Amino acid sequence: MHSNKKEYARFLLDSIHREIDRPITVMEVCGTHTVSIARSGLRELLPEQMQLLSGPGCPVCVTDDLDLDMVMALSRQEGIILATFGDMMRVPGTESTLQQEKSKGADVRVVYSPTDALQLASENPDLQVVFLGVGFETTTPVVAAALDQAVQLGLKNFSVFSLHKLVPPIMRALLEDPEVKLDAFINPGHVCTILGTEPFRFIAEEYGKPCVVAGFEAADILEALLMIVRQYREGRPAVEIQYKRAVRPEGNPVAVGFIEKYFQPVDARWRGIGMVAESGLDLRDEYAQFDAKKRFPLDIQPGVRRKKCSCGEVLKGLKLPYQCPLFGKACTPAKPVGPCMVSTEGSCAAYYRYGRKKAGVSS
Amino acid sequence: MSSNDDVIILGHGSGGSLTNRLIKDVFQGAFENPILNELLDAAVLDIDGGKLAFTTDSFVVDPIFFPGGDIGKIAVCGTVNDLAVSGAEPLYLSAGFIIEEGLLISDLKKIVQSMRKAAQAAGVHIVTGDTKVVGRGSADKVFINTAGIGVIPAGRSLSPRHMQPGDVIIVSGTMGDHGLTILAQREGLSFSTPVESDCTPLNRITKAILKAGGESVRCMRDPTRGGLATTLNELAIQSGKGILIKEERIPLRREVVGACEMLGLDPLYLANEGKVIAVVAPDAAASVLEAMRSLPEGEGSVVIGQVIAEEEGLVLLETELGATRVLGMLEGEPLPRIC
Amino acid sequence: MCLAIPSKILKIKGQMAEVDIGGNVKEVNIMLTPEAKVGDYVLLHAGYAIQVIDEKAANEIFEAWEEAYNALQ
Repeated sequence: MHSNKKEYARFLLDSIHREIDRPITVMEVCGTHTVSIARSGLRELLPEQMQLLSGPGCPVCVTDDLDLDMVMALSRQEGIILATFGDMMRVPGTESTLQQEKSKGADVRVVYSPTDALQLASENPDLQVVFLGVGFETTTPVVAAALDQAVQLGLKNFSVFSLHKLVPPIMRALLEDPEVKLDAFINPGHVCTILGTEPFRFIAEEYGKPCVVAGFEAADILEALLMIVRQYREGRPAVEIQYKRAVRPEGNPVAVGFIEKYFQPVDARWRGIGMVAESGLDLRDEYAQFDAKKRFPLDIQPGVRRKKCSCGEVLKGLKLPYQCPLFGKACTPAKPVGPCMVSTEGSCAAYYRYGRKKAGVSS
Repeated sequence: MSSNDDVIILGHGSGGSLTNRLIKDVFQGAFENPILNELLDAAVLDIDGGKLAFTTDSFVVDPIFFPGGDIGKIAVCGTVNDLAVSGAEPLYLSAGFIIEEGLLISDLKKIVQSMRKAAQAAGVHIVTGDTKVVGRGSADKVFINTAGIGVIPAGRSLSPRHMQPGDVIIVSGTMGDHGLTILAQREGLSFSTPVESDCTPLNRITKAILKAGGESVRCMRDPTRGGLATTLNELAIQSGKGILIKEERIPLRREVVGACEMLGLDPLYLANEGKVIAVVAPDAAASVLEAMRSLPEGEGSVVIGQVIAEEEGLVLLETELGATRVLGMLEGEPLPRIC
Repeated sequence: MCLAIPSKILKIKGQMAEVDIGGNVKEVNIMLTPEAKVGDYVLLHAGYAIQVIDEKAANEIFEAWEEAYNALQ
């Protein structure tokens, strides 16, 4: 960190300590924020009155296990190449992971970009490439752009299995949930690069809670937290942008246009939380030939969901990771039970990796 | 649920905690003996009043040719380095080749020439070998297995067990360069980078470290697969002490930082093939550092942290913000992420 | 979720651009940022540019922080 940045971060921290005038519970809903906070160690430097919760911000963590079972079943089919972002490889369905399916012979390929999946389709005309679409609104336009290219190229062997989800509906669901206690949100920086601030105004206007779009460095997060403290002091909940260098209030309308062209909102299952209305995306009917769910419908025996882990409560911020009975014992990053531990951005993984508590301890 | 316990997955070869578990569960119990149990980079053998260091390694890197080296150069340097960091003077290597049918003989010749050059630079001789050919698809172009022996002067004993709180931890240069070079060649991830593999023999710099520090040098390691973080964790566990590192002191090339940010990887877990970590008592730290910096392969040497009494078996990182967090061992294979 | 990194556009060829990421060069898709020009900084995510960003801030030259620091004093 540049020495000026470091001094600025310390200045922000001191200001938070000086200016906070009430207990404030802030939730972030972005896995990258979860990791930045854990890696910078800033949680231990904040005043006691400020609590930072990790919400369901990791699209990998909230991918439903039954949905994953379906994807794995697809990967086992002859003639199918399952292309996926690396993040999904170690996520457990009810029984297995894509990593394990690969080691048992399924053709699963890790790609950095959906462009690479398009390339796989061009290079393997006799095989079907199914791209696993996971991610929030930062990633969805990228997948939509790839679909556009598939249309332009007239590809007959490329399809997307969409498990994409939306951020504003889950935030509303959290605000509506009587069990969830939160006073403010830190908004995911890059989701807002795409969406802008308009879709989040309801948080301040209907629920009276501050909502600040934050970048990913420690200094960004601290600045956003200070802005929240000041919104409370001045009694003016609003949607503000801290991450000005990458976020404009209008977002990126071209990107939003791509999402709307290729996808439609549907009800979706969030792992550990359940069904949330209009919170997922499926391909629009007119693009059925690129929709893997429609092209390769599979009838599989639904797996048995594991019940013992507390991922659902951790995702809603009701429990801290080490309050889950499995944390650090039956559930570790090397042998994860629930997705909060397996994804590098999951709350439990972040706590386990960067914190000292290795087993379930209540403090 | 079927777990990582019934089939080998790529993660078992990444050098992190899955690898360690495999070694414990499958190999250590079967081959049980006190020399093996030390789990050092080279086995130290008492022979008729003297000590020999004995090591073995297999090289399966893909691609076999990359900026800064090839599989042959790594094979020689990797073996020499395991001996060198054990405090031995490397002397003789063996080289066994498993070659996939279809490999161009001109490629094999290039690899062998690399090995000759590397052996010359390191002052070692390849004195015995073996060649096998397997059918197309049964190996990936060529695999090389080596063994190496070296002599450890009487009275020298390097081991993490000697580490004491207050000891200084020095690294000889930028981290992650080799790992990044290999990643950049990978299909689908291709990007062009000025970064090259740092593959080089380390016996000259280890000799300089030992000359300057003598008995104040507790132990040395080369942070190969699994990267700096994994090697530091091994030192912490094997010494039973804690390690505290200052994040801003770790030398990193900006291209390595940029590429890792793009791919969602951490340079502290990427392999190095030409860097050494030295743990040195504080009284000798300055002279060891000077000796390292006087060599081209050590000009970027810096102190990155120290051994501490608390937090046994853990590596802690003091972040730029001044807080501390744990720096864990690599678990499975590092995969590119978008999240 | 949102690993995105600033990069500088060196060349544009239709829908694709060559960008510099901390000294590394990669070809990426710029369909989502049709207004991007050579010399612009863009945020890169999964092989696509998702927004044109403020150059000064993209370099995180400490002036940007210094300004903010002074503004908050």
